Amino acid sequence: MANAQEAAAPNLGPAVELRHMHKWYGEFHVLKDINLTVRHGERVVVCGPSGSGKSTMIRCINRLEEHQRGHLFVDGLELTNDLKQIEAIRKEVGMVFQHFNLFPHMTVLENLILGPTWVRKIPRKEAIETAMMYLERVKIPEQAHKFPGQLSGGQQQRVAIARSLCMKPKIMLFDEPTSALDPEMIKEVLDVMIELAEEGMTMVCVTHEMGFARTVGDTMVFMDEGEIVEMEAPEEFFSNPKNERTQLFLSQILSH
Amino acid sequence: MTIDTGESEALQPAKAVFYNDPKVRAVFWQIVAVVGVIAMFWFLIHNTITNLDRQNIASGFSFMDLEAGFAIGEGMVTYTPANTYWRAILVGLLNTIKVAVIGIVFATIIGSVVGVMRLSPNWLVARLATVYIESLRNVPLLLQLFFWYALIVGILPRAKEAYGPFLGVYLSNRGFNIPLPDTWGYMGLLAGFLIALVAVMWLRRRNKKIHDETGEIKNTLGPGMLIFAVVMMVGWLAGGAPTTLDSPEFKGFSFTGGGEVTSEFLALWLGLTLYTAAFIAEIVRSGIEAVSKGQWEAARSLGLKRGQILRFIVLPQALRVIIPPTTSQYLNLTKNSSLAVAIGYPDIVGVTNTTINQSGQAIEGIAIIMAVYLTLSLSISLFMNWYNTKLALVER
Repeated sequence: MANAQEAAAPNLGPAVELRHMHKWYGEFHVLKDINLTVRHGERVVVCGPSGSGKSTMIRCINRLEEHQRGHLFVDGLELTNDLKQIEAIRKEVGMVFQHFNLFPHMTVLENLILGPTWVRKIPRKEAIETAMMYLERVKIPEQAHKFPGQLSGGQQQRVAIARSLCMKPKIMLFDEPTSALDPEMIKEVLDVMIELAEEGMTMVCVTHEMGFARTVGDTMVFMDEGEIVEMEAPEEFFSNPKNERTQLFLSQILSH
Repeated sequence: MTIDTGESEALQPAKAVFYNDPKVRAVFWQIVAVVGVIAMFWFLIHNTITNLDRQNIASGFSFMDLEAGFAIGEGMVTYTPANTYWRAILVGLLNTIKVAVIGIVFATIIGSVVGVMRLSPNWLVARLATVYIESLRNVPLLLQLFFWYALIVGILPRAKEAYGPFLGVYLSNRGFNIPLPDTWGYMGLLAGFLIALVAVMWLRRRNKKIHDETGEIKNTLGPGMLIFAVVMMVGWLAGGAPTTLDSPEFKGFSFTGGGEVTSEFLALWLGLTLYTAAFIAEIVRSGIEAVSKGQWEAARSLGLKRGQILRFIVLPQALRVIIPPTTSQYLNLTKNSSLAVAIGYPDIVGVTNTTINQSGQAIEGIAIIMAVYLTLSLSISLFMNWYNTKLALVER
């Protein structure tokens, strides 16, 4: 993975860069002057109370949401209205959703090869080999020919991660990947994510799993009411939060 | 029955009093229901036979072999008043099937297009679709049939002053008179069409194979159209390159030559198609909306294009929701075609009504109509259920 990344990324600038980005839903100002830089290989964990705009922010990075002011660069390319540019960026950015969003009418294997064969235009045989390789890595190769509805939540989320990885993305976005899972399944998903982080993948994760953030995070971002309130390395963030709102949030989620 | 130990007896659940046992009650009520239904049918049949006997009315279908003696406006098989009632009813049946089949095909096409239009991000397109749907499905079909019939008969001139010919077609208040192919040479064109169809299907499979093996995506539409054009051209030349048509011509009091689409058929077909299409459009819209936004987002984040998302993700899932209610609409259209009576299109109900009036055999006539609609409806339902199981989602 690390080798493939070096080869495919001549761009030495940041993986993702958000400059003075704003977004409105009608009158409602969801994102206010967001500035964030993610280096290649960096793991950024975004947290904050619900409604703080953290999901909206990472959904802007692959244009599932449009920003209205400011600039957003992904791997050196600016996200604009240009459809070709958006498609080019989406190829390089994988996304994992809270509710997995697997395609229920396709088997696990078909879910995994759809993108590679139709977007990357890879021969089917090769795509299947890659898909099986990633299924091994998320530890469910035996489920390849089942349908998503036959799997547990944890297994489905691991398939969703494998589906994104099959596109060989440079950046992975995680939008609360464990919040829809039963407690005993959270670990199996986090393990896969930790492994991915250790291999050097550039990751932006919205999550409330603070243990995970401490283990793999390079940077913690705390958002509230559409703003980035605090951005810090994890040790500093957890032991010595500067902002009042961060302190309050941490005391609430770490109290039990 | 022997009881071994106290323990196994303790494992038996306690028995309820028999008349409180749901199984006993279920059997009892089923017996009551069956006896009731049999008694009701026996009463109806017995009563009918006794009454018919008392009025000296013969029952049975022997009257069907008699000469019908009435004319029918149009039909797909030859018919004269000298033919039997059987033949007359066959003409009516074929007319019903004709309008139902053509209606279903066009209602499906128009309904799908309007349904997708209603979801369009374009404000004007979406509003137009909404206006179409709301105005057509909220006006009674009978009224719409009168409207179309009045429009055709009222606005178009008499046959003598027919508009046209537009590409050989004359429009008058009797309907449309169209040119038809007049020689067997045109069969070459038809053969060319069929050969091209097979060739394009082969091309599709070949392109799929290329995609599987190399990942290359080849366009089928362009080459496919070229194949149709070339092969049909060759077929036409092979048939002797016929250029003449059997064109309609106004002679004396009416048109001779060519084919005729009557104004009654046109009005009925337009009414049924546009009315049913409004319902199908709503079904299509709800089917597409039933596919969750997450599916679109997941597909988009993989980098798939809009057309690919529709083809691989959304439509396969939407169809499962769309087909069962669409089947009901097909059945409705078929049964609604009996409103043909109101504008004088000779469908099965119209012809059978005349038969009943002339022969007095009302029970037999109604039985024929019932049998016809039951057969048509069951055939449509069976076919659609088969198609639905083919698409059914395997989830567990």
